Amino acid sequence: MSASALAHHDGPPADYLSDSTVASWLLTTDHKRVGILYMISVTVFFAVGGLIAGLMRLELMTPKGDVLATPDSYNRMFTMHGVIMIFFFLVPAIPSVLGNFLIPLMIGARDLAFPKINLLSWYVYIIGGLMGVWILIFGGIDTGWTFYTPFSTMYSNTMVVTAAVTVFITGFSSILTGLNFVVTVHTMRAPGMTWFRLPLFVWSHYATALIMVLATPVLAISIVLVGLERLFHVGIFDPKLGGDPILFQHLFWFYSHPAVYIMVLPGFAVISEIIPCFARRPIFGYRFIAFASVAIAIFGFLVWGHHMFVSGQSMYAGAVFSILSFLVAIPSAIKVFNWTATLYKGSIKFDTPMLYALGFIGLFTIGGLTGLMLASLAIDVHVHDTYFVVAHFHYIMVGGTTMAYLAGIHFWWPKISGRTYPELWGKLSALLVFVGFNLTFFPQFLLGYLGMPRRYFEYRPEFQVLNVMSTAGASILAVGLIMPLVYLLLSLRQPRNAGPNPWGATGLEWQVESPPTTHNFHEPVLVTCEPYLYSPEEAEREYAHVQHVHSS
Amino acid sequence: MHTSSTSTAPDEGTQLLLSHFDDLDQQHLTSNLGMWFFLVSEVMFFSGLIAAYTVYRALAPDAFKLGSHHMAMWVGFFNTLVLLTSSLTMAFAVRCSQVGDRRGIVRNLILTALLGTIFLGVKASEYKTEIDHGYLPGRSFHVSEHDAEVLKAASLDANGNLDEAKFSRNKGQFQMMFVLYFFMTGVHAFHMIVGIAAVLIFAVLIRIKWFSGFGTTQVEVLGLYWHFVDVVWVFLYPLLYLIE
Repeated sequence: MSASALAHHDGPPADYLSDSTVASWLLTTDHKRVGILYMISVTVFFAVGGLIAGLMRLELMTPKGDVLATPDSYNRMFTMHGVIMIFFFLVPAIPSVLGNFLIPLMIGARDLAFPKINLLSWYVYIIGGLMGVWILIFGGIDTGWTFYTPFSTMYSNTMVVTAAVTVFITGFSSILTGLNFVVTVHTMRAPGMTWFRLPLFVWSHYATALIMVLATPVLAISIVLVGLERLFHVGIFDPKLGGDPILFQHLFWFYSHPAVYIMVLPGFAVISEIIPCFARRPIFGYRFIAFASVAIAIFGFLVWGHHMFVSGQSMYAGAVFSILSFLVAIPSAIKVFNWTATLYKGSIKFDTPMLYALGFIGLFTIGGLTGLMLASLAIDVHVHDTYFVVAHFHYIMVGGTTMAYLAGIHFWWPKISGRTYPELWGKLSALLVFVGFNLTFFPQFLLGYLGMPRRYFEYRPEFQVLNVMSTAGASILAVGLIMPLVYLLLSLRQPRNAGPNPWGATGLEWQVESPPTTHNFHEPVLVTCEPYLYSPEEAEREYAHVQHVHSS
Repeated sequence: MHTSSTSTAPDEGTQLLLSHFDDLDQQHLTSNLGMWFFLVSEVMFFSGLIAAYTVYRALAPDAFKLGSHHMAMWVGFFNTLVLLTSSLTMAFAVRCSQVGDRRGIVRNLILTALLGTIFLGVKASEYKTEIDHGYLPGRSFHVSEHDAEVLKAASLDANGNLDEAKFSRNKGQFQMMFVLYFFMTGVHAFHMIVGIAAVLIFAVLIRIKWFSGFGTTQVEVLGLYWHFVDVVWVFLYPLLYLIE
């Protein structure tokens, strides 16, 4: 109430943070506020998931099971780690926080197409999340986040049905967000904001949203089938009754492989904004990057079978899925090459977001290249279900998504909060995260290649050195991840000192105040030029200035 | 881009323009597109099941064919007609909203809900018959003498003797037909229930003049949903009842 009242006063309109009552937050339909709500909640879930990961790493420091006492509790731990991290952090993190906050600003709109549905999606997410935490406290689930049948439907003695409901509910949150983004990009663009003037952030989120809308319902339906089978034993996944457990894997991976791109495409979105800004150059190959996002979204639907190379599917199916999986590397590589080409001869400023972004490129490249190894039928048979796979998907999903999320949070923090943060601490955290991450997960490639299976509670003594390295890396990673939480929160105590455009970036979101007002723009926006118009001359001047400062 | 043309403008009650839109055209386009994309995601709901049905049917043609024969084809046909008619009345309601005929909207919406309820009633009686015959999958599933004979005939080995393993597999696949049948029609019926509720809520709100329903947004979007539910049935009916 008071926000709208303030906005109608004479004088400058109030920013979106000005009304601080709890009700005004919980009933908000402002896309920026919903983004903040998501930011708080994904941080909490990330902390929970990270804490469980820490426990697991502690457990794996020694070859014998001694921290978590029983294999059963270990199984519950890694399952909850997977479920929480994937469904409550990696999938919603960038789209729901940064996407919600930025997409309307970037396209010159006053809000998303369906503000109430946007708020609804947060509530749905929170309901799912609370159920997830409830499972964690009262018993847990031990099937792994993949819910593979027949274990999940017949043998597991844990809360499979509740977990299925949780995932089903959270899926709807994802569908609603995706739906909102697609429609917003189609109908809410400001005059002059043509498709090829959209920032690449918006293109990537558009592709992501398409996957969310198309893939999530299939997961929902397969999860319902697991629930039905478990409750009534109708036989849909039971060969004795005419069903087929492999059917579940087909349905599950038809969502869950594209879901990897739900997690990493928004990461690309962030990186495509940061690289040109800190290299002070227009992005290289704008259209290629835009189309590569859509291509990844399309290919993503055709490769689910590479999760099933050893499920007994025919050799020919395996070969086809292998080839299709290789194809995904093409648009991914296009993006990496275009970022590299943008950096080439750029006058690069190594600020915190840029360090995170460069870290992203490094980690994503390692993850992508090992992805090619896994896509090769023969190598996959060797390293299937080993730590090699664990390392690979952590490089892509954690290295990719988390690094990009942190890069984005640092990049847009001045816009979101109106405050700057201590640059030195930021750089240190980026360094610690990068080093800690590599120390944690690179040894796991070696472990997997040497034959240590994933999801095991105890292991043979010769694997211990690498496991200890991994655990040590995890503690460095933890420090690196806690640091931003501290200094970003502390930065809220200082006055608003960021100014509208602290990085000298292009893009509509940098032309409004920090933090933005409730309806973003005071007057109608007219877009007349393409994004990323970073001029070489301006970079030249800045570079000369820096030289001058250093020499004096 | 300016506010919508005046030819179909309501004479009482105007459409509310939400504050984040520029004009009614944009608002109309957005709502429509939103519903279309929502329906695309709904299509994916059913397509996973339809794909599973098709594959299982290809793997076990005999059992599925026998299952299909137990579907009451003419009852399904009657239901198809009922549902298609309800789509017609829904289309009338949309037209009435465009020309600003309040009574027409309410009347046609109620007719639509009525036809939808008839469909569900018929469906329920079908379920009842099937459950009475023991076709409900799970512990109570029962293969009758006659069905067992047919499945035995389809389970002979090369020498013409009964292959027990094949027979038991066939029985399982016969049940699978009903699993998919109940699940797909059940999910469809759930969508019908949601649709009927929405239609009735609209009818009441328009009747009490809570909003006019005039113009091209609300009733039209509701219509899109209703037609979608109809179209899904148009796929399910041949798939489950008609294919030999």
